[in-house]
Amino acid sequence: MIKNKTLQGYILNTLVIAVLLIGFSFIKEAFGKAGDFKLILAPSIWQCCYLIVLAASLNLTLGFLGQLSLGHCGFMAVGAYSAALLSLAAERAGIFKEKSGIAFILVLVGCILIAGLLAAIVGLLVGIPALRLKGDYLAIITLGFGMIIVNIINNLPFAGQEGLALGSASASLYKNGLGFGTALKVTYIWVAIAVTVICIAMMFMYVRSKYGRAIRAIRDDEIAASASGINTAFYKVFTFAYSAFFAGVAGALYACANATLSTASFAFANGGILNSTFVVVMVVLGGMGSLTGSIVAAIVMFLVNYQIKNGLWVKLLPLWLQNIFAFPMLVYAVILIIVIMFRPKGIFGTYELSLRNFFSDMKTQRQNRLAQKQENKEALSHE
Amino acid sequence: MSTFLQTLFVGLRLGSIYALVALGYTMVYGIIRLINFAHGDFIMVGGYTMIFTVPVMIALGLPLWVSVFLAILVCALVGMATELVAYRPVRKKGTSMTALITAIAVSLLLENLAQAIPQIGPNPKVANKIFAAGGIRIANVTLDWTTILTICISVIVMVILYQFTQKTKIGRAMRCVSEDKPASILMGINVNRTIVTTFAIGSSLAAIAALMYIAQYPKVYTTMGSILGLKAFVAAVLGGIGIIPGAMLGGFVIGLVESFTTSYVSSSMADAFVFLILIIVLIIKPAGILGKNMGEKV
Repeated sequence: MIKNKTLQGYILNTLVIAVLLIGFSFIKEAFGKAGDFKLILAPSIWQCCYLIVLAASLNLTLGFLGQLSLGHCGFMAVGAYSAALLSLAAERAGIFKEKSGIAFILVLVGCILIAGLLAAIVGLLVGIPALRLKGDYLAIITLGFGMIIVNIINNLPFAGQEGLALGSASASLYKNGLGFGTALKVTYIWVAIAVTVICIAMMFMYVRSKYGRAIRAIRDDEIAASASGINTAFYKVFTFAYSAFFAGVAGALYACANATLSTASFAFANGGILNSTFVVVMVVLGGMGSLTGSIVAAIVMFLVNYQIKNGLWVKLLPLWLQNIFAFPMLVYAVILIIVIMFRPKGIFGTYELSLRNFFSDMKTQRQNRLAQKQENKEALSHE
Repeated sequence: MSTFLQTLFVGLRLGSIYALVALGYTMVYGIIRLINFAHGDFIMVGGYTMIFTVPVMIALGLPLWVSVFLAILVCALVGMATELVAYRPVRKKGTSMTALITAIAVSLLLENLAQAIPQIGPNPKVANKIFAAGGIRIANVTLDWTTILTICISVIVMVILYQFTQKTKIGRAMRCVSEDKPASILMGINVNRTIVTTFAIGSSLAAIAALMYIAQYPKVYTTMGSILGLKAFVAAVLGGIGIIPGAMLGGFVIGLVESFTTSYVSSSMADAFVFLILIIVLIIKPAGILGKNMGEKV
């Protein structure tokens, strides 16, 4: 019966994704003429995709393993730089001439994979010493590692402005073998969507496997988990590296979506959208321990960010509010404080949105609420 | 040799700034077990207060450094407000991780709120020279007054603070609360008031650090506190967090490491070295140089 249910879930999700994709291609047609799709929707989808993968991957460490890592964007930087440099090397070696054809797609997929693997290796190297600590110390040490990674990339001679040209260490990389223009972003939009779907599926499988159960046990009580025979050190480091892998993949997608890379955008705190703090905001908003929550939060935060910057309705608001909206991080900080105050586990908590269980979940929730009310009433009558 | 001495004094000067900021971190951490990420931004608040009050001091004919007292006042108020509005409600409800995330949020809030205020804005502001120029020459090395005063003031402040925590009633209450909160409630200590006082003192130390920072680098911007604060936190962890002499020691060590790396290895790698030292210390002796290892209760 359980097997059956899992199968049902997979079939249902695949169907819905297929329907969404078909619907999406219609939207593409409809928008294609006006040029809106090319200029607005396609770049937005790229951005959403890497934000989703990034947020969900941090949720593995923060929500399921229960360890606060503040250097997650460091792994993303590793992924982005290695994908950009590898593709550049492939281009120079003459494996692909222009950004089309089988050879390019193979290089693209290879770059994304290798970017993820390199990030995972860095994650392993960071995780082995760092995960001996916990709580506040872990937060600080991961922050330190994140800064060191960015600092090292800054000083790599072959990651300078020209890319692969020796002797010009710099904070930005202008030569990027992947960097898609607006037209290519439309052509290869399926890459972004496919990579995101595969990554999310892999994370869901991980969370539901033996490993997922083990890390949730560690989150709830590490000592009890280790007393029950769980090798806590192994599971912690493995999960850390696994989540770094997806951060690296997100970095590779980022490298595709942006022609230039700059280490400043991966730093711990900056004005931009892509820093480790923003990722933490997304995960906390979505719910620590809910992958679907992270997906929803990433999309919502992207939309909020986009609307605050470009929305027409902003012009209708009073001037002081517009001034505040000029600094989106301020808005996110306020949102984060409010959410933490009223829902310390995030909006979704550990609840997973599921298509198969959506209606039955609603029903049980209503029943729970009714039972709670009944209990309260009884408690009152006893007084 | 003269390069060495110069580097040494630069390191001591940097170190004394770090030490003062680290003291604020350590006091707050000791008492509520929370890394106050917003502490670095209190430096920024102090810096801007001084930027705006220095013209007043010039108009009144007072020495410029008097404005530090106003900065101390403003910082203390901001610190207490942070504790009352953000940290206390979260501490009651959430876990230590949610408290940490709140601290990060408060830090972001302060930085971006400062940018949103039209008088401050995102561009750096240039400060007046606070201390007199010139200095004394010892063995081919020129020591300017800023360096000497920075080191002296911070040492004096540290000695006063140490005596304060050892001798006075409030200081003893602070040490009690950080050692055992339930027991100190039983002893009749008003824990909440002690925590607020700690925040006030820690934040005023940040204001003094802001004075010294501005005296050396006369530029104030909204994110000035974030990296400075992080390094100071590293200093606090290095010396053993929650221990006041540890923060001082850690501050000087970090300052010296940074200045020696800058002048002998590479200026762009200085930050990486600082964090590398932190990582090494945390792995070898997680409680810090002066810290005691404590077993975990099951």
